[in-house]
Amino acid sequence: MSTRIVEVRAGVLKKNDELARELRSRFEQAGTFVVNLVSSPGTGKTALLERTLTDLRARGARVAALVGDLETDNDAKRLARSGAQARQINTHGRCHLEAEMIGEHLAGFALPELDYLFIENVGNLVCPASYDLGEAWRVALLSVTEGEDKPLKYPSMFNSADVAIITKIDLAEPCDFDRVAAHDAIRSVRPAMPIFEVSVKRNVGIDAWLDALAARRTLWQGSRPLATT
Amino acid sequence: MHELNLVQGIVEAAADAAERMGNPRVTAVNVRVGRLAGVDAGALLFSYDVVVAGTTLEGSRLQIVDVPLVVWCSHCLEEKELPEINRFRCPQCGTDAGEIRSGRELEVESLEIESAEVEA
Repeated sequence: MSTRIVEVRAGVLKKNDELARELRSRFEQAGTFVVNLVSSPGTGKTALLERTLTDLRARGARVAALVGDLETDNDAKRLARSGAQARQINTHGRCHLEAEMIGEHLAGFALPELDYLFIENVGNLVCPASYDLGEAWRVALLSVTEGEDKPLKYPSMFNSADVAIITKIDLAEPCDFDRVAAHDAIRSVRPAMPIFEVSVKRNVGIDAWLDALAARRTLWQGSRPLATT
Repeated sequence: MHELNLVQGIVEAAADAAERMGNPRVTAVNVRVGRLAGVDAGALLFSYDVVVAGTTLEGSRLQIVDVPLVVWCSHCLEEKELPEINRFRCPQCGTDAGEIRSGRELEVESLEIESAEVEA
């Protein structure tokens, strides 16, 4: 008996990609700018997000957040202190969020009444790179305590991001953090990537980050296809 | 690390395709894995036998086809294969080159099936 090769060409993550595409068009129709935050555990995603939600609300924006962790709703409680609606997704062992989990946790959010929806991914620099969540912007965070070569070690993740944020910048000096080397490492895996440096604790760089978010949202609003309802 | 999930995705996609072909005996499943896909091919191979056990694909082999990381160099005006996945610069002229042409793939490319009496 002979064998022959039959072409298939099916994406292994097709199901996730299709769900993400549906989510993206829902977000576009509703006018909700969705940001996916990715980093290692302990980089400061939640701290930056709590601050971002608080300050965006003070600027008059309507915001909400979804936060992924294996267990506990600690982060959703922290984020809720901002006054924004925050919902926890427990993955129970899964190392990343998937589009399906986002879809399941949108019930109760009135998307047309939200200007921004932030998704804080599970702390992990490997797996979340492969899973599209329907976001408009993917933000990769890196803290000065992690070392400036992190992007070189995790190129798939940093390459998949649209923006990089270096957090805990107030600790750069005590950590002997080489800022130039960090910028070089980020741009080595993604040339021309915009980079922000922030310290939530010392209030450094937050306004520049918020301005960039708002500018990006405006750009996105202009570029999205017209709602067809 | 979610390679087990990915193998389940591979087996699902391959089994669907085999069903559309009328469920021939599948001897191999060829999967394209881009160098930048962030997937450990060894871990895929390791869990494949466990995942296919009891499915219509039991007994088939998983074959990984490596896909190189290829970018567009706007200076040389041609596609260039990058030797490393963390240095997005043209290996020839050194220009920053971030436009990816291939290297993120993760897809079931083809099935190798037994073609019995089908041929006339």
